[in-house]
Amino acid sequence: MNSHYANSKGLHLNYSIIKNIIEENSRVLDLGCGNGYLLKLLKDTKQIKGNGIEISQNEVIECLEKGLSVIQGDIDDGLKQFSDKSYDYVILNQTLQSTYNPDFVLEEMLRVGKKCIVSFPNFAYWRIRFNFFISGTMPKSKVLPFEWFNTPNIHLLTVKDFFEFAKAHNINIINCIYTTKATVRKGIQYSLFSNFFAEEAIFVISRN
Amino acid sequence: MENKNQSVGIVRTEFYTIDEKIQFECGVNFGPITVAYETYGQLNETKDNAILIVHALTGDAHAAGYHSESDKKPGWWDTMIGPDKAFDTNKYYVICSNILGGCSGTTGPSSINPETNEPYGTSFPVFTIEDTVKVQKKLIDFLGVKGIYTVAGGSMGGMQAMQFVISFPSMVKSAVLIATTSRLSPQAIAFNAVGRNSIISDPNWNNGNYYNKENKPDRGLSNARMIGHITYLCEEAMYNKFGRRLQNKNHYDFNFDIDFQVESYLQHQGQIFVDRFDANSYLYITKAVDYFDLEEKYGSLQNAFKNSNAKYLIISFDSDWLFPSSQSKEIVNTLMQLGKDVSYCEIKSPCGHDAFLLEYDVQSKIIKSFLNEHIEGNYYE
Repeated sequence: MNSHYANSKGLHLNYSIIKNIIEENSRVLDLGCGNGYLLKLLKDTKQIKGNGIEISQNEVIECLEKGLSVIQGDIDDGLKQFSDKSYDYVILNQTLQSTYNPDFVLEEMLRVGKKCIVSFPNFAYWRIRFNFFISGTMPKSKVLPFEWFNTPNIHLLTVKDFFEFAKAHNINIINCIYTTKATVRKGIQYSLFSNFFAEEAIFVISRN
Repeated sequence: MENKNQSVGIVRTEFYTIDEKIQFECGVNFGPITVAYETYGQLNETKDNAILIVHALTGDAHAAGYHSESDKKPGWWDTMIGPDKAFDTNKYYVICSNILGGCSGTTGPSSINPETNEPYGTSFPVFTIEDTVKVQKKLIDFLGVKGIYTVAGGSMGGMQAMQFVISFPSMVKSAVLIATTSRLSPQAIAFNAVGRNSIISDPNWNNGNYYNKENKPDRGLSNARMIGHITYLCEEAMYNKFGRRLQNKNHYDFNFDIDFQVESYLQHQGQIFVDRFDANSYLYITKAVDYFDLEEKYGSLQNAFKNSNAKYLIISFDSDWLFPSSQSKEIVNTLMQLGKDVSYCEIKSPCGHDAFLLEYDVQSKIIKSFLNEHIEGNYYE
């Protein structure tokens, strides 16, 4: 997970949305689990059995300090150590856009998880469009604070892109939650409206 | 001596003799075996706060503290064992013993065979890592320990730790496996083979009968140690430590004396090693390491670990090419597939395989967090 994001309000909204999705006692795998905040929250409030994968050594140590089980690794390498459907939920929170092979990562998630939760910043959010239209430079926002040359977000996408990807890859969209700073909207149909007004999107997906 | 608050202080090596014979994997029934060991901290009332530390190839029972007030050098893992250290002696009862076949107090080829009153030499049976663990278990029982909170070791110590969990799954709550492998690579076997060959081809080795002779196979043993030391470092460590710097000179000597610092270092390591280690022990212990192969022994790595319910922490070092991270990841992946509780950390280090003895700062942080199960505080205010 992008560390800049760890303290933003949006993330806490994200956490509580994800917390509400996940049933008690689920088996959860959190990809790019960062300092383990979400896993710890789920462990304490939903009694989940959870594992995290995180690339950064310091974040791995922070997870261990919270008493979590965490594997240092690169999710771009795939999830070959996990058997098919071995988790109730596989979570990829605010990380999809910074993976090298998002399509491969999603395929692996769908293989390992009965359901998957994917969240990402929506690049078609109106403020970003407006920002780009006016300034003519790569858009920046609170969620996307980086310069073009140092951003870890190498595969930015929009809500519409994700719907099209899901259709093309036979991915079942169970739920979709759009957020801006203050509001939460739901709906599993793509709408022009949500692609325009959602700052971030959280999808619950599966493959049968 | 360092600050006493951070040290277990003055310690003493103790000895326990197992009277009954132990069945070795090679078929031989062997005994009696005396085990040299040290303990730090107190065993609790429920007798389950024990931490078993298992040493690497040439280690010994003296893992922490000092043997006397004037002792300058503490035990080999003193950075990790002590009050408030990674293996906290305020909380745990830490046990470390010298390996079977060793030469620092535990029965090995240099010990006197009570039947002949001569040193065993090469009549000592060839033993395996599993055999060394059987001996550890006897010691644990003798000490009255009912539950092992964690068994921890690096390199060969990691092999023993794995074998201990596999052999006695109901006894072990967790395992810390550092810079280790479930089977020694052909490359590592090759280095061991050259080391053994160097000892065996020293004329003073004399088929292992040198204990009563004036000349010992020091040359062979010191060469074996030099080869070992190359494998414990890495290219970056060698550049950092020595570069191409010359030893006490400004120009090449144009002869075959020592020119480079790296040569001098290896020679020094070889020389000091022969004062503390036995050539036959080196042969036997490296052989036990070579034979270690959990896949082969149990049919598969999954099969090896399937009965254990321990929680695992696995640590590797990115510059370690002797026991590379890929070998640790194989163990991690197997344990994940089995649904075991496992954490893994690859520490960035320029120190090569030696890192498990040197990188105590970050290693301590990781191990301390792992061992401290009951976490205080709320992380999501």
